[in-house]
Amino acid sequence: MGMSAIRSRPGSAGPKIRTGADPLSRAVRVRRLALAVILIGAALYFLAPLWWLFVAASRSLGNQSGTGWWFSGFHLFANLKALVDEQNGVFLHWVANSLLYSGVGAAGATLLSAMAGYALAKYRFRFREALFTAILAAVLVPKMLLATPLYLLFSAVHLTGNRLAFFLPSLVSPFGVYLCRIFAAGAVPDEIIEAARMDGAGELAIFFRIAVRMMTPALVTVFLFNVVDIWNNYLLPTLVLKDSQWPVTVGLGNWFSTKGAVELSNYVIIGAFASLIPLAAVFVFFQRYWRTDLTAGAVK
Amino acid sequence: MPFLVLFLGMYLAPICVAVYKSLFVMHSQGLGLSGGPSTVFKPLANYTRALGDSAFIGAILRVLLFGVVQVPVMLGLATLFALVIDAVSARVRAAFRFAAFLPYVVPGVVAAMIWSLLYSPNPNASSPFFSNGLTLWSVANVVTWTWTGYNMLIIYSALTAIPSEIIEAARVDGASGWRIAWHVKLPMVRSSLILTTVFSIIGTAQLYNEPSILQAVSGGAISSTYTPVMAANNAIHVPDFQYAAALSVILALVVGALSLGFFKLVNRRGPAWG
Repeated sequence: MGMSAIRSRPGSAGPKIRTGADPLSRAVRVRRLALAVILIGAALYFLAPLWWLFVAASRSLGNQSGTGWWFSGFHLFANLKALVDEQNGVFLHWVANSLLYSGVGAAGATLLSAMAGYALAKYRFRFREALFTAILAAVLVPKMLLATPLYLLFSAVHLTGNRLAFFLPSLVSPFGVYLCRIFAAGAVPDEIIEAARMDGAGELAIFFRIAVRMMTPALVTVFLFNVVDIWNNYLLPTLVLKDSQWPVTVGLGNWFSTKGAVELSNYVIIGAFASLIPLAAVFVFFQRYWRTDLTAGAVK
Repeated sequence: MPFLVLFLGMYLAPICVAVYKSLFVMHSQGLGLSGGPSTVFKPLANYTRALGDSAFIGAILRVLLFGVVQVPVMLGLATLFALVIDAVSARVRAAFRFAAFLPYVVPGVVAAMIWSLLYSPNPNASSPFFSNGLTLWSVANVVTWTWTGYNMLIIYSALTAIPSEIIEAARVDGASGWRIAWHVKLPMVRSSLILTTVFSIIGTAQLYNEPSILQAVSGGAISSTYTPVMAANNAIHVPDFQYAAALSVILALVVGALSLGFFKLVNRRGPAWG
């Protein structure tokens, strides 16, 4: 009975079934051609830079910045090895930092969002609406704008150069709370919570055993949002972290802007390519659970 | 009783989140208004200075221009692609969704690096992409490349939520595919267009990663105060924390005013929001 509530959500309708085949009139052919041109042109726009990066990262070491859209020899693996060896493995160190920040930070942010969203949806307490309004307002505050105040705050309490200075802000996701509240309100029926209470289940047990399971699609989406957000963050870690704590974006950015080091510019390209692999892997793994319709339904 | 304990936990966690957030704003205001412990109390000094700072005002105007052009172009493309993939076979749709979504997974910093090398393959020669007013649009292209597919997916999700009976009814009435797209589908995904517009406005206001990376190859066309966030960051490095804080506050106010203004605008035109 709970599932019907999920299915009837406006955002979760399945793919439409195309009925009947259009007769191949002239108009239809023109229309098909137009669609094909748009799709192929757009796909080229999206993929060409990534293809170029792949080709450039595969050229023999030292020739990365040359132009050209096709391979001349395939040296990707040798290049990756050289990249890993460069400056005593600093690149892998950055990647490990990024994985740590993104993995732990996104998991924590998702858990906090789930609890807060569930509480906002299912419990009545004073200031609930005021709190929700505050969270909504926080969604509209650009994160990048907070970087400067955060830096000032952390330097006041001597937390700059501490990984916490990047972790703590990463745990807060107003948009995640917002999505979780909307989803919890629709997907976790009050009757089930009541029934579990009758059976003597504690509130924590109800949350972790029942609510979390029903909210899973929303939680995966919130998790992925946060993984990308944290992985891509650049300004805040630049400000608050020491170089041994840098994530891969800051490390590469530093290599990139170190001008005069011709050798480095080759490693920037190889590193840029390598840095995309972990996030792409995460998305290939989670793609089927990724629910953009949650975002689309968020304003209803 | 367990309910009460948990209730407090649940209640405290989001409160902490809210307080945590509010601290930063208050803190920045505090610094902007009263200064650090060792500075003199001059509540308006930083603000009058900021309003007279031609570099900062120029940055705000530049980003406004950026937003006025880039956001409609990007969302127009995203909407067009969403309508197109709604009209093709499932296999083509899946392939295109994958292609369009890939750039979103590329960090802005890395995207800017790739494009900078495409713009200026020879780092010693000046690139036409950073000349004569083209610079801003070279930055805009990187942002568009990264975010179009993401917005397309959100709009497409809204399209799939339209009941198929409505589309069928329009088809029975003899409406063509394009007319259905324009007159039936677009109005029904209005709320997702509003959402993506607001997110894009917010994204534009915090423009930093792409221009700060492109700066290295722009041959001086991108200054260290090119966007407001870059200006605030520049003030940190001076270091002039109080001024940096004041710039952040001003920027937050401008963004808030713009978001509110946009909501007012769409609310007046129709009741879809809220």
